[in-house]
Amino acid sequence: MSAVDSQALKSQHKLLAEYNYQLRPVERGYNNRTLFIDLGSKEIAEKPVCFEMKRKFVGGKGFDLRLLWDAVQETTRWDDPENEIVISMGPICGNTNYPGSGKSIVATLSPETKIPVDCNVGGYFGPYLKLSGFDALEISGKAQQDVIVFIDGDKGKIQIIEAPGEAVDSHVLAEELLPQFAALEKDKQHYSFVTAGRGGDHTRIGCLNFSFYDKRRKVMRFKQAGRGGTGTVFRDKRIKALVVKFSRLTGASNNPVDLKKVQDLGLKMHHEILSQDDQQCRMRQVGTAHLVEIMNDYDLLPVHNFKFGMHPQAEKLSSHEFKKWFTQGMPDGCWFGCTLACCKAADNFELLSGPYRGQRVVVDGPEYETVAGVGSNSGIFDARSVIEINFYCDTYGLDTISFGTITAFLMECYEVGILNKERTGGLELTWGNTPAVLEMLHQMASGEGFGAEVASKGVRWMKDAFATQYSADRQFLEDIGMEGKGLEQSQYMSKESLAQQGGYYMTNKGPQHDEAWLIFMDMVNNAIPTFQDKADALHYFPMFRTWFSLQGLCKLPWNDIEPADNATTEAPSKVPEHVANYIELYTAITGFPLDKEELIRQSERVYNFQRIFNLRMGGGSRGEDRAPYRAVGPVTMEEYESRRERYDKQLKEKMGVDPDGLSLEEKLRLHRVYREEQYNKLQDAVYARRGWTTDAIPTVEHLRDLGMDLPELVEVVKKHLP
Amino acid sequence: MKVLKTYDDRCIGCGACMTVCSMTFFKRDDHARSAIQMLPVEGKGFHLVVCEQAACGKCVAECSTQAISISKQGTVLINKGICINCFACVAACPIGAMRRHPEEITPFKCIACGACAKECPVDALAIVQEEAAVMGTDLKSLQEEA
Ligand code: SF4
Ligand code: SF4
Ligand code: SF4
Repeated sequence: MSAVDSQALKSQHKLLAEYNYQLRPVERGYNNRTLFIDLGSKEIAEKPVCFEMKRKFVGGKGFDLRLLWDAVQETTRWDDPENEIVISMGPICGNTNYPGSGKSIVATLSPETKIPVDCNVGGYFGPYLKLSGFDALEISGKAQQDVIVFIDGDKGKIQIIEAPGEAVDSHVLAEELLPQFAALEKDKQHYSFVTAGRGGDHTRIGCLNFSFYDKRRKVMRFKQAGRGGTGTVFRDKRIKALVVKFSRLTGASNNPVDLKKVQDLGLKMHHEILSQDDQQCRMRQVGTAHLVEIMNDYDLLPVHNFKFGMHPQAEKLSSHEFKKWFTQGMPDGCWFGCTLACCKAADNFELLSGPYRGQRVVVDGPEYETVAGVGSNSGIFDARSVIEINFYCDTYGLDTISFGTITAFLMECYEVGILNKERTGGLELTWGNTPAVLEMLHQMASGEGFGAEVASKGVRWMKDAFATQYSADRQFLEDIGMEGKGLEQSQYMSKESLAQQGGYYMTNKGPQHDEAWLIFMDMVNNAIPTFQDKADALHYFPMFRTWFSLQGLCKLPWNDIEPADNATTEAPSKVPEHVANYIELYTAITGFPLDKEELIRQSERVYNFQRIFNLRMGGGSRGEDRAPYRAVGPVTMEEYESRRERYDKQLKEKMGVDPDGLSLEEKLRLHRVYREEQYNKLQDAVYARRGWTTDAIPTVEHLRDLGMDLPELVEVVKKHLP
Repeated sequence: MKVLKTYDDRCIGCGACMTVCSMTFFKRDDHARSAIQMLPVEGKGFHLVVCEQAACGKCVAECSTQAISISKQGTVLINKGICINCFACVAACPIGAMRRHPEEITPFKCIACGACAKECPVDALAIVQEEAAVMGTDLKSLQEEA
């Protein structure tokens, strides 16, 4: 993009609204005000944050949900103007010392699930927005034409600008925008964008790209707020980009109570990471892709729509393959001070398909979830293909996880004959057919064909559509369509881990692994054998992990790097030393006291609030926590056969049945009865542990105990309590 | 490449270098703020720790803001205006020559100015010109990087 072209695009801009605000320093991690923008009425306003809001909702996801609750009605749908995109950061976000302190949390009513969805995302936008003066940004209403919202944190100025000319796809848009705002190379790192892509215009799985400028590659790079259709809502509001500028960053910008302590903790982590990472997860070399071979070794890598857990060709998707593509030795942090630096990139990658064929681009990732979703789960065992699909998903603003699970589902439907070439408009969706997958992906961006008309609507919608239109077996579709609450499952095999089934399907937003990842603890180490143990884990870990999103933290530096002596502590899975770091860090920034118990309670308040928000929007109860059977056990004979020894043994040992002489159908049936009953029992145990009724409704006593017996919450739960 | 060369065997542990260094850059006599460190070694005299400049460059590679660069003379320099104080460089330095003082927000290091060498009564320090490549690093690629 030449400077001239970009100036030509800029000349089409029209200023729709402008607002000046007073610049003032952050105080102990908070600004004590949030920013509200209505794109319909063009109102821009500040809202105060009271002490009570900080005490009960902390920040990040807590602020998001509080603000969103107040903005919507129980009848609000995702595409109503009053639905909002809310972005909030949390008190710890924005320090430059402790690794992983730059996350933004996005929430909105999801087009896929109709309930709130929240995403924890890197990039500089959130921290810059916070240091520019706001603890959260709410965007309500819909613009008439595409707009850019510009927040100038240097001048204290906010603008809504009509911007008809620029492209929508993220990598092109970033190239067009950057020279318009930053004339000089040295200024580019002071800007960050939030953008979507054309995928957001035509699908329910649109995601948002949060940018960070990479000085070495001289390009804007992206981290994704992936799940639940955030980009779809963004485009429905006709937002082209959010732009923030902040050039005054220092280690003191977050203005903590005890800066020295923050620095000490950060430096301790830098040392730990630089000395341990090469022997542990190799995040600095390959990012989360190191998980591929581990998952395959433990029979946990999703293969062919979650049928199997390993594949002979998985080696071709191992981190060693991706390492060949990733440029080594770069400080690839998605925020300053993250020495874990997991945001790997394939440089100078030549695209072989689609509208940008022939371009050489920087591809962010792929990360594990993408490799597993569009790779093994779809039968694509080729690193190059995965990188190409990854690039297009990102620039089109499509969630790679949902895209992967959707593709895998479609391929299975194709293989069993529910779909055929006629029904897919010519796409041959057989396992591993990369050209067909890419074609479907390009359709999602152009808004044409099977990709846009069918696949784009998500697994839940397709299950119903295929059963209705093609008279396909509804039960089979329910069993193999890997979604919960309408959200496609992320990429781990939960079949052999009851705790992980709960970790996926008893979540608030749908089956995403960010709440609980218990497979190893449960299945490999057998550390939580009883229902009570599992329920305890399904209380502690979702609450503990929620805390990252209250604070604006990344979860990875918690347990993708561990102190050298972690294994000898009394609870290695909790990484006690890091928990202690977080407690000290929080107090060093905010000045508020905290201990292990209060940390969990901070999360519990917000977690229960979110559950009740689900109830308010028509979800939230026990039935909504059901899992598709494939997440719980083998659906088909070939799945049973693939693990026959294990399953036969379980018949004998767990169900007290002699498998000899039983037909395969009978064995499948017995497993199903047993496993579904186990899942039901787990629901009872987990709900009790969480202070909920057997129907998954938080009790008034529990809310009172948490200090969350707010009238609006009590009103909702009372409707559901017996 | 301009580098401060150290001769541990000559050092008598007087600390003059640290006084000069901290006076030069922080206007106070505070050994904790000195870029050069004189460390007593049990029964073996003293060990002088100071940046190896372009022969190393590990901190340059670790810095995400490119606040650290290598000058034409091969000296590793921090630009305080760009630095965002993350201290990744401090952890990246294999010998502890990238320094942090708890009351200073920016890290600091030896820039091979030679002030200490002039004061050293026993010539345990000297500014010398060395070929970085001889020491195993390709100076050109590091300078490009910076
Ligand atoms: S670990 Fe990775 S994702 Fe997390 S903050 Fe660091 S670079 Fe970003
Ligand atoms: S402290 Fe400054 S010089 Fe050191 S790595 Fe961080 S930004 Fe670069
Ligand atoms: S400060 Fe340390 S890491 Fe940086 S060049 Fe000098 S010796 Fe190497």
